[in-house]
Amino acid sequence: MSDHDAHDIKKSVSRYLFVFYALLFGTLVTVGASYIPFGNHEINIAVALAIACTKGFLVAGYFMHLISERKMIYGILIATVFFFAGLMYLTIWSMNPNSLVHLH
Amino acid sequence: MDIPYVVEPRQDTGLFNAKVGIWLFLASEVMLFGALFSSYILLRVGAEPGTWPHGLLSVPLGTINTLVLICSSITVVMAWASLKLKDFSSFKKYQAITLLCALTFLVIKSFEYNDKFHHYQIDLNNGQIVDGHLKERNKDFVVVHGHYVQPKAAEGAVTAKAEHEEESEIKVATSDIKYMENYGPWHSTYTAIYFTLTGLHALHVIGGALVIAFIWGPGAGMWKTDPERYTNRIEISGLFWHFVDLVWIFLFPVLYLL
Repeated sequence: MSDHDAHDIKKSVSRYLFVFYALLFGTLVTVGASYIPFGNHEINIAVALAIACTKGFLVAGYFMHLISERKMIYGILIATVFFFAGLMYLTIWSMNPNSLVHLH
Repeated sequence: MDIPYVVEPRQDTGLFNAKVGIWLFLASEVMLFGALFSSYILLRVGAEPGTWPHGLLSVPLGTINTLVLICSSITVVMAWASLKLKDFSSFKKYQAITLLCALTFLVIKSFEYNDKFHHYQIDLNNGQIVDGHLKERNKDFVVVHGHYVQPKAAEGAVTAKAEHEEESEIKVATSDIKYMENYGPWHSTYTAIYFTLTGLHALHVIGGALVIAFIWGPGAGMWKTDPERYTNRIEISGLFWHFVDLVWIFLFPVLYLL
């Protein structure tokens, strides 16, 4: 390993530690926010999911190195996101009363 | 026979094969957990207003488990970085901590499961409902540490307790019991989806920990014979472990807090 590579890894380590502290902080914020009465429970759900998405981005982006991956991996993930979004769309669509087919 | 592309990247993908393999596997895992999350959404939105339970799970235990998994994620990535820096002893220490974290997570989870299997809802002949943890049970009576709840509260019983009532020892004659059932997966749609989601996740924790333990212990000899391939194995097992952490990041608020 060259000195340059070793330097890069050491630089990454400090980034990992920063992400680690951010994840710990995010967890405490998630718990704290769940006790705040925003007036509407849907706001609590949105806040919790927004924090979870941020934490998920940190784990996937930095710990799983997705921010600097090869095109092949991005291709796999784009396909995954497409099908996952389709699954969630079908879920939400099925909850719409107008989507029901009435046979009688 | 040598297996190709275990270390050197393929020209067309720019990656060694195991990395493509693990990402394809993780893609299928996203769809597996995605299907269960969509089931959760349907069940929750379809529940009668006010009947979806709140406060049934221990937030402190869930928070500790979240922190434990985050700690294990940083030790996994630090273990990989240690190997990149040719520091095998640091790698061993970091992965040992990862395994301890996995064990801690599972022990806490087992305490939570055990708690649910000792937590009973007892419907009495007079229409009242007793909700609490079983202390004693024989053919004549049952003793629980709990409280009375309004029948209409049904699945949301524990929320009602948390806001309005103190817990105490309640002795119920067996002849007064119409029906009693613990909070296992069969109790309600909430406990069913809770046990399904967390049980599947726990299986992933066990599987990931076994793989990490094998590479850390019996499989560590490869570091001497083929260090680059060994480092790649750590990266691949680490990607799976981070995914397990990622799933929990969403499970925790959804099941424990909302």
